[in-house]
Amino acid sequence: MATQDPKKTLKELGEKIVAQTKKDRNPEITFQLRNLSNIVYDKKTKTLRLGDKIGSRTFFNVAHAKKFLQTVEIASIIKKELLESGKHEHLRGVFYMTKRTIPGTKVNIVDEQNESDKVIEDLEVITGLSREQLHVSANKMGTMVGNIVLEDVGDTIDCSKLGRGGYSIPSITDELAFKTVGAKYILYMEKAAIFERLNEDKFWQKNNCILVTSQGQTTRGIRRLLQRLSEEKDLPIYVLTDFDCWGFYIYSVIKYGSIALAHASERLTIPNVKFLGITADDILKYDLKKHLIKLNDQDLARMKQVSEYEWFKDNKDWQRQLKMMKEFGAKAEIQALSARGISFISEKYLPEKIKNKEFLE
Amino acid sequence: MVQTKLVGDKERPKSVAEELAKKQQAISISEFFTKNRHLLGFDNPRKALLTTVKEAVDNSLDACEEMHVLPEIKVIVEQVSEDRFKVTVEDNGPGIVKQQIPNIFAKLLYGSKFHRLKMSRGQQGIGISAAALYGQLTTGKPVRIISKTGPKTQAHYYELHLNTKTNEPEILKEEEREWENKDHGTKVQIELEGKYHKGKLSVDEFLQLTAVANPQSIIIYKAPDADIIEFPRTSKEFSKEAKEIKPHPYGIELGMLMNMLKDTKASSVYGFLQQDFSRVSSNIAREICTKAGVDERAKPLQVTPEEAEKIFRVIKETKIMAPPTDCLSAIGEEQMIKGLKKEVNAEFFAAVTRPPSVYRGFPFLIEVALAYGGNLPADELVEVYRFANRVPLQHQAGACAITKSVIQTAWKNYGISQSKGALPAGPVVVMVHIASVWVPFTSESKEAVASYQEIVKEIKLGLQEAGRKLALHIRRTVKAREQQERVGLFEKYIPELAQALHSLTGEKKLEIEEHLEKILKKGLKDLLAQANVPEKETKGEDNGNTGS
Repeated sequence: MATQDPKKTLKELGEKIVAQTKKDRNPEITFQLRNLSNIVYDKKTKTLRLGDKIGSRTFFNVAHAKKFLQTVEIASIIKKELLESGKHEHLRGVFYMTKRTIPGTKVNIVDEQNESDKVIEDLEVITGLSREQLHVSANKMGTMVGNIVLEDVGDTIDCSKLGRGGYSIPSITDELAFKTVGAKYILYMEKAAIFERLNEDKFWQKNNCILVTSQGQTTRGIRRLLQRLSEEKDLPIYVLTDFDCWGFYIYSVIKYGSIALAHASERLTIPNVKFLGITADDILKYDLKKHLIKLNDQDLARMKQVSEYEWFKDNKDWQRQLKMMKEFGAKAEIQALSARGISFISEKYLPEKIKNKEFLE
Repeated sequence: MVQTKLVGDKERPKSVAEELAKKQQAISISEFFTKNRHLLGFDNPRKALLTTVKEAVDNSLDACEEMHVLPEIKVIVEQVSEDRFKVTVEDNGPGIVKQQIPNIFAKLLYGSKFHRLKMSRGQQGIGISAAALYGQLTTGKPVRIISKTGPKTQAHYYELHLNTKTNEPEILKEEEREWENKDHGTKVQIELEGKYHKGKLSVDEFLQLTAVANPQSIIIYKAPDADIIEFPRTSKEFSKEAKEIKPHPYGIELGMLMNMLKDTKASSVYGFLQQDFSRVSSNIAREICTKAGVDERAKPLQVTPEEAEKIFRVIKETKIMAPPTDCLSAIGEEQMIKGLKKEVNAEFFAAVTRPPSVYRGFPFLIEVALAYGGNLPADELVEVYRFANRVPLQHQAGACAITKSVIQTAWKNYGISQSKGALPAGPVVVMVHIASVWVPFTSESKEAVASYQEIVKEIKLGLQEAGRKLALHIRRTVKAREQQERVGLFEKYIPELAQALHSLTGEKKLEIEEHLEKILKKGLKDLLAQANVPEKETKGEDNGNTGS
């Protein structure tokens, strides 16, 4: 895959379709189905991936025609406007490059960005190329500090010398080079606020690690970066989230992959990532019960879904956490730890947990 | 409140009751109606003009039908002064014998139709005399009639007033006249205070609708300030003659039963029950008498009110065959469509004549016709044409069983949109006809059909049957239109796809286009047959969708 030339791959896709039309056959694109029925959890690799079901998209089909046109149109835009010029474009930009009204109709090639986003994901499955290889980027949302020196498009970045702001992780991290890595592990956290706390406390300096955050869900770029650091530099990764099912799912996505991006699991998932906290046991141990938030209906519904995921279903440790959450009838934010002192997290909680290897897997 | 002065008499004081008695007197029917003109449809000048035309035309059509001639009706509405009109209606009916003319036109509640059970337009004997009375009250002018009963006889001419105290005709003028070029028929002329307008609830609309429900008639109409319009005859087929029937025991009330006992020609109760009612066999007559404990040989006149009440109760509990229904004359499916086509420019018509049914011992039948598409407005509420015994009903739509039934029918099932509790909306005209020996109106002015459960049920069944026919048509046309659109869309997509493939591969755009068009032509049939099923590859969504 890495040696594939994206321009050539897209051209071949077009040539295949042209060949079909020249034989006067209904143009057809076949690729692995991406719907829920074709998402499988592979117990061997412990990742979500696409199953073997193959679907087809044909042009002369009332229900497929528009999507077929979108697929070819976006493929041609990516090849001509991005790959051939060597430039990158944001998903939003690709949407605007694609959006126009078909002459003589009231039909737009795309009406909403999610349509072009979906087609780009489809193109990943169709061509085996990643979105990053297709030069399409997304919002960058992550920050990194710590004992690591990177090279990004010729610039050298020492992440231990970036003050309070840290290094802003780009959307595409495939081309980053790791020059020197002094850190012993990576701490990934859901909350930017905690990141700021730890950065101010120089936690990474005292504990020789790297801190990474992404507000909310982990972007593809960060997942790829973490995977590369895990694989290429053999760094352990610990995840720190809220004690709720949304937090658990952030960990789940990093470790096992997601349904929407099951086709890209191979280059995004990190099977040996570990969950650090906060856990039900932390809440008991550090007496945080006074700072819990009552579970609402949404939380309960999500809890049921998460507890039934194949990879959590038979995991006694996780079932125990979920059971305790249910017993509390409540969830907790990481920030609840501040109740024990502003730097309790950096001075006591994290060092102790890491030292005692109190992780969940 | 009655004001009574208690003025003492010289000899002895009169009692209050006696005082009151002086003032109490029978109110003449005519007086009653002059004070309650709205009951008869003369509420305002506009409606008065319409009602006058309507009563005269109804009578003319009934007369022609009785005689079995194809009706030819002339209607002239002339404006005499700002608020005064002269209405003239002429028919080619059998004419009226001389002696009857004054009673028919200048005596309220006189008529041949009230006492019998036969499907006809008029049924109460109020209509035309009330119109004449209204004219007399508002203009002082008499009603003028000329009538001729055969080619060899002279025509009779009358000018009549109605004495409102006695409800008796006053003959102002009476003479024999020549009526050139007329074999038989009647012409009536009434001058009245009125107001002429066009559109909804107008005389024009009434005649137009009358033409729809009476395709065998010619109606020639001259409105004020307008050219003569002719509503042509679209069918020479004479509808089946309506037959008179005797009342069914289930349909009578106690008072009516007592009257019938008084009037009967039968010599025994046993005979009376069989002769004066429909569907009462000798066995049933005997059963009723036995159960009621009344001697079957008793003379009808000697039956006591108590006995009559017993008979009345027993009748309700006795199983009696439903009344005959062959007495009704339907317009017929084909005729309804012909009638509608005359006035409605639509692309599709459907009609249903339901089998006869019975309410309260009265036979009735329902007919429904629908017109769809064409020039009908697509975004307005549907128009409902209501008819009772072929007479259009224009007022009080909301109170009418027909309107209610149309609202209660689920039109969405037939491809017509409808808001809850409202008439459906779309390019549709709904025509509903109820034919009965006794149409139950909600009031004397005969504007709305009462909502008897049996009637509403039959109307709905008729609407549903016609609705299904319409749905079939809509599905077909909508499908055809959608198919056309699909092909059109592919034609527009082809150059786009060709252009994209060209820029992807460098292959010639035109060549790709030609091939695609060829495939489209070849696969057209299959393509048109395709149901619009969603693409197989729908994306799985997960709650925790990973960010970009």
